[in-house]
Order: sequence, then structure tokens, then C-alpha cells
Amino acid sequence: MRTLTLADAVALIPDGASLMIGGFMGVGTPGRVVDELVRQGKKDLTVIANDTALPGIGIGKLITAGLVRNVIASHIGLNPETQKKMIAGEIQVELVPQGTLIERIRAGGFGLGGILTATGVGTVVEEGKQKVQVSGKDYLVEAALHADFALVNAFLADYLGNLSYALTARNFNPVMAMAADTVIVEADNIVPVGLIAPDHVVTPAPLVDYLIAQG
Amino acid sequence: MDAQTIIAKRIALELRDGMLVNLGIGIPTQVANYVPAGIHVFFQSENGLIGTGAVPEEGMHNRLLTDAGGRPVTALPGAATFDSAMSFGLIRGGHLDMTVLGGLQVDQSGHLANWMIPGKMVPGMGGAMDLASGAKRVVIAMQHSAKGKSKVVKACTLPLTSARPIDLLVTELAVITFPGGRATLQETAPGVSVQQVIDATEAQLEVSPHVAQMSL
Repeated sequence: MRTLTLADAVALIPDGASLMIGGFMGVGTPGRVVDELVRQGKKDLTVIANDTALPGIGIGKLITAGLVRNVIASHIGLNPETQKKMIAGEIQVELVPQGTLIERIRAGGFGLGGILTATGVGTVVEEGKQKVQVSGKDYLVEAALHADFALVNAFLADYLGNLSYALTARNFNPVMAMAADTVIVEADNIVPVGLIAPDHVVTPAPLVDYLIAQG
Repeated sequence: MDAQTIIAKRIALELRDGMLVNLGIGIPTQVANYVPAGIHVFFQSENGLIGTGAVPEEGMHNRLLTDAGGRPVTALPGAATFDSAMSFGLIRGGHLDMTVLGGLQVDQSGHLANWMIPGKMVPGMGGAMDLASGAKRVVIAMQHSAKGKSKVVKACTLPLTSARPIDLLVTELAVITFPGGRATLQETAPGVSVQQVIDATEAQLEVSPHVAQMSL
């Protein structure tokens, strides 16, 4: 693990990169990283996230700034700009049931090719997907997701990069921290090693590549 | 009593002590206001919380503690938080006793459409498909009609949320179950006749031999 300034960490991300971004309606989204992506004017990003939040909040800022080409998410309904850009053809959106989305990310991080789920069977979600029967029940084959970068927000990070999360800001973060080539962490609090008890470490330090220094 | 209150109060009677329950947004959220006295229910928010409590007092919110709509909530004593994989494992894995969801249409075989109107509203399904497919019991809270048209239809014309039929439909007029895949009237709201329900319903409606009045 290395510690970088915000600007240097975000400079690692090239145009066209695929980004998993933690958060649920902006809660648990690394906000300083989002602002710096906008400031550096990245282009053609693919964003994998639960939702695109609201205009002016979290991932919504990336949408408004026109940095995003592809979105893979479970919900865009509260961000009219995402819908408008989708209808205008400026953004490709793949809508995925939330439980399927998180499991596809988990599979990507856990070395699995995908998962079998009954969610979506008999709906538009099954279009173009392989269906298999196990013990007499139908399942969809949902492929694993992997990204170039995971942008993770933790509540606590220690100097080694061990992470713990708070309340409902955990959501997609620890799962995404497993599923990307490079993991960049923005922590609300950076603390000395030992302050996060071993039993309370959710993301172990070896998974973290870069910890962003406090500004 | 307005339509939403009738629906929420009737669904609250389905709650049992110790249940794990997920409430959708809209009318379903109001069910939490009418938990019967003397029982404890665990409410899940799919963004990673069991033990979801009421909206905090002004100035007491925490930006890291919200419901699945991103609104501030409180956590009750004994609450637990977890990641989204655990949250949906609870939903799909047979651990969620009941989900209460809103509906755009329910058809006479119990199929639910509640997530999109092609060409008009494409918000994404969020957790609805997992909840409708995975919960042990699926309860729909829905007004009987919209703009004078029955939402209890012969066959859903909107995209389905799940191929799995729902278990219970509660509207401001009626309680309907789906034994053998056929919509069957079980209860009517106070002051509503069986014939009024049938007249307000597009679906072919079977009538239980023992139609009761909702006890609100």
C-alpha cells in the first residue's frame, strides 16, 4: 500500500477506465475522489455502481460533467440527467437487479466466472442470457464483473490500509475492494495501526493499493 | 380513513413477532407506523441495515445512516449493519420473512409489474426483482385503481418484476390472495360490498365463500 495525494491518486486513472464506485445514493461514495475526477476532466468512463445518486451528489456529479460513457447500475430513477443522457444516446446504461449486481461484483473479486440466480427469470432481464436448471429450478447465468479501479470509501483506514466501515455507508464498498485491478481508498479517518481491532477489520490491508492522504 | 392508511393498517396485521421484514418506498413504508402492540419486528433496509428506526429529530441525523431511498433514519437498539452482498443474501436466501412492495399492476394469476413503464419511466429495478423473487412472502400495497382504471388486471401489460406470483394484495377496497393461481377476494374494506370490488376490478375475481370485513 502507498499513500498518495488526492491529485496523484486520481491521475492514475486514464480516460476510458472502468471504475467501481462504492455508495448508495451518495452514502459511502468517495466524494473527494469524485470531485477530483471532475476537476481533472476524465473522459469516457465506465461506472459500475448501485445508482447514479442525484444531480450534484456523489456519482451524479460525474454524470452532470459528461465524463461517463457507460453505466452499469441497479437504479437511475432519482437522477433525471442520467435518464436524459441515456435517451439522447450519450450514455449507455445496463440496468441490473441490485442483488444480481452485487453478486456479479462479488464473483469478480472471489475468482468465480459468475453466479446463478432466480432473480430476473421470466422478465426482460433474462433476454440474451443463458438459463440453466439445477435441481429442477431455473436460474440465469450472470457473468462476473471486474473493473480497472475500485474507488472505495471507508470510515477508518489504518496506516497499513486495513479498513472498516460505518453504518449504511458500507454497502458496495468492501465487495468492490475485491473486484478491481487497482483499489484506491478515501477514508473519513486515518488512524494508527492497531486502532482497528483485528476482529473489526472488514477489508484487510493487502487488498488496498493506494490510500489517499487527508487534504 | 384515506386509502393509504387503510392499506398500511391492514398489512400491519400480517406482521408477527420476530419477523424480518423489508418495506418498499411509498405506502409500504407507512406499515411501520402500525406494528401491533406487544410484538417486535426487524425491519431491513436493503442498503445494509436491520433495525431501521423512525426518521431522526431535526438536527440529529447522521449522513452515514439512511434508508434505501437515501433518507436519514435511526437505528433501533439491537440493530445490525452489513454490506450489500449480505443484504441481498438475506433477501434471496430464504431469510426474509416478508416484503411489502408497491405495484403498478397485479394480474389475476398474481404476477406483479412495478418497476417500469416503457417509454415513460425507466428508473431501474433496484432491489424490487430480488425482493419479489426471493422473499418468503410477497405482499403488495397498491391503490385499486389509477385514473379510473383498475390496476388489478387480467394480464400485466407492463414488464413483470418476477415470474413468481405474489402472496397477498391489499388495496383500499379489498384483500386478495392467489390460491391455485387465481385471484380470490378474501376481505373487503369497511363499507365496501363484494359487488363494488368486482365492479372496480378488471381481473376475473373468484370470491371466497367467507368474505370478511378488514378488521382495522
